Amino acid sequence: MFKPKFLCILTGLAISLLSFGSSFAADTKLNGAGASFPYPVYSAWAYDYNKVSGAQLNYQSIGSGGGIRQIVNRTVDFGASDAPLKPEELEKDSLLQFPAVIGGVVLVVNIPGIKAGELKLDSNVLCNIYLGEINYWDDEKIKRLNPGKALPHKEITVVHRSDGSGTTAIFTDYLSAVSSDWKEKVGAGTSVKWPAGIGGKGNEGVANYVKRVGYSIGYVEFAYAKENNLSHTLLKNSAGNFIKPSFESFKEAAGSADFDPKKGFYLWLNNAPGKKAWPIAGATFILLAKEKKESNINVVKFYDWAFKKGDETAERLIYVPLPVSLKNKIRAYWKSHNIY
Amino acid sequence: MTIRLKKNPVDIIFSSITAIASVSVLLLILGILYVLILESYPSIEKFGFLRFITSTDWNPVKGSFGAATNLFGTAITTVLSILIAVPVAIGIAIFVTEIAPNFLKGPIGAAIELLAAIPSIIYGMWGLFTLAPIMANYIEPALQKSIGSLPLVGVLFEGTPMGIDLLTASVILSIMIIPFTASISRDAFNLTPAVIKESAYALGATKREVVKDIVIPYSKVGVFGGVVLSLGRALGETMAVAFVLGNNHQITKSLFDAAATITVTLANEFTEADTDIYLSSLFYLALLLFVMSFIILALAKFFILKTEKGIKQ
Repeated sequence: MFKPKFLCILTGLAISLLSFGSSFAADTKLNGAGASFPYPVYSAWAYDYNKVSGAQLNYQSIGSGGGIRQIVNRTVDFGASDAPLKPEELEKDSLLQFPAVIGGVVLVVNIPGIKAGELKLDSNVLCNIYLGEINYWDDEKIKRLNPGKALPHKEITVVHRSDGSGTTAIFTDYLSAVSSDWKEKVGAGTSVKWPAGIGGKGNEGVANYVKRVGYSIGYVEFAYAKENNLSHTLLKNSAGNFIKPSFESFKEAAGSADFDPKKGFYLWLNNAPGKKAWPIAGATFILLAKEKKESNINVVKFYDWAFKKGDETAERLIYVPLPVSLKNKIRAYWKSHNIY
Repeated sequence: MTIRLKKNPVDIIFSSITAIASVSVLLLILGILYVLILESYPSIEKFGFLRFITSTDWNPVKGSFGAATNLFGTAITTVLSILIAVPVAIGIAIFVTEIAPNFLKGPIGAAIELLAAIPSIIYGMWGLFTLAPIMANYIEPALQKSIGSLPLVGVLFEGTPMGIDLLTASVILSIMIIPFTASISRDAFNLTPAVIKESAYALGATKREVVKDIVIPYSKVGVFGGVVLSLGRALGETMAVAFVLGNNHQITKSLFDAAATITVTLANEFTEADTDIYLSSLFYLALLLFVMSFIILALAKFFILKTEKGIKQ
């Protein structure tokens, strides 16, 4: 008596499983995975794009490492990574790469009596603070950069990320670029062996500690500093000017940097040469599988639309859109690979 | 009769479905173990076993990995949380089984079970935003002032209290495991034969004496099993401690320093592990945790079974 019912359920299950496989073939669905940093802007773009084109873009923020692995295994239509892959890595896995949006890393401090934008730092001092070699806020080296400012004789609490992240990759790449000492002792990567300080999980963790712990310094994405009203510092760039982190100084960094399409735009934006360029920034990248022409054309369509119509959304979410010159370079790159 | 039952196809289907369901769990565990070994193989090959568990170097940039700092953090937080949780949990169990008036037993029991139902991520958030500041501003400075000046243990309370450290993580863990220890202890206490308890009361024993001389001796193996079970739980707990431990790969003297456990490292670093040996070493850590949890759970089961058997006899 129960048997027919049971068989019905079984066949039903089998049919639904089979049809699940075939319904996936619809070509207006795009699957992407990777970096968590650009997730808010990609999903906002996807939402707007869906309204104009009907195409569905599904982006999973599983982290840059996961994004790279997924596209290398060809399980997604595009991968996303905060760190660019080197040209030889692109070659090895036959991938295409282009930047999509820019993010900056800013330094935030919590020193009672010092307001946002008042403290000046340079690469040397920053490096020594993170190496644990400058321990007090009234250190001679900090005083020299901030003449006439009353700095307290208090111990510096260094805050860094406890989790692996693209933000850390950008920040440590900057420190490695400006200091051979750092390069040798620590190096650059999504997570490193920190010589000093305490770790907070995520930007929110670092922001929370800096807010709570007096006389601390931390690094966070620009958006977090802005939204949490943390006091940022000025930082000396490679042209020798003290720069305030802002949309303008990030754009200047992106505009003055030399992205090379031949290298798959491989570039860290750190120490961009522009006079008013903020020195610690990075683009976040999209990775495509070379041979999947059809889905690539759809992904490129989406990013082309985003480059045209998405700047406002990006800025609202405190991301820095790419400069026009770079967007045109990317379009030429697409064209040269016959996907645009 | 059994022969006729076997001939019935519905019964055959029914029994094979239940068998498949049970066997699939076993296969799943073996499958997970297989994947862990497979994925961690490059790291096992490169670092070996002894070198991996004794090396304190965890340096993704240079591709050099060792689990000693993680094992240290795991051991300290687990042991400390057990030390905090067990007395409280046993107190709860004694109160609920022997002392509380009947109308209180239900609500207290339900409250303890609710504590077990709170998802661990909520403990993590609460720990970061509420408990950590309290620890940093009040409890840790107070500890430093009182026991911190004692000669031998003083070293445990050195450094600036930040609230992101081994002590805070252990306190959160202890709150999480109290319900497990308490409810298993309660069940073990309830197994004490009522006849013996009543005889003791008849001889004029007080409640304290009954608990001390009858209930606890009868159930101590079961309580111990509960403790070991909570130990396994504390060992594997991730989200509650990921926020408040800092994931610093170091072996520290002070409880006020940040550290890393196996789970915290996995939660923090898995998504952005960008080299093969890095990922493989994380899998190796997971394998170590899997084996440790397995041994501890097996021990717990052994002790709990032993009490139940002992009482039946």
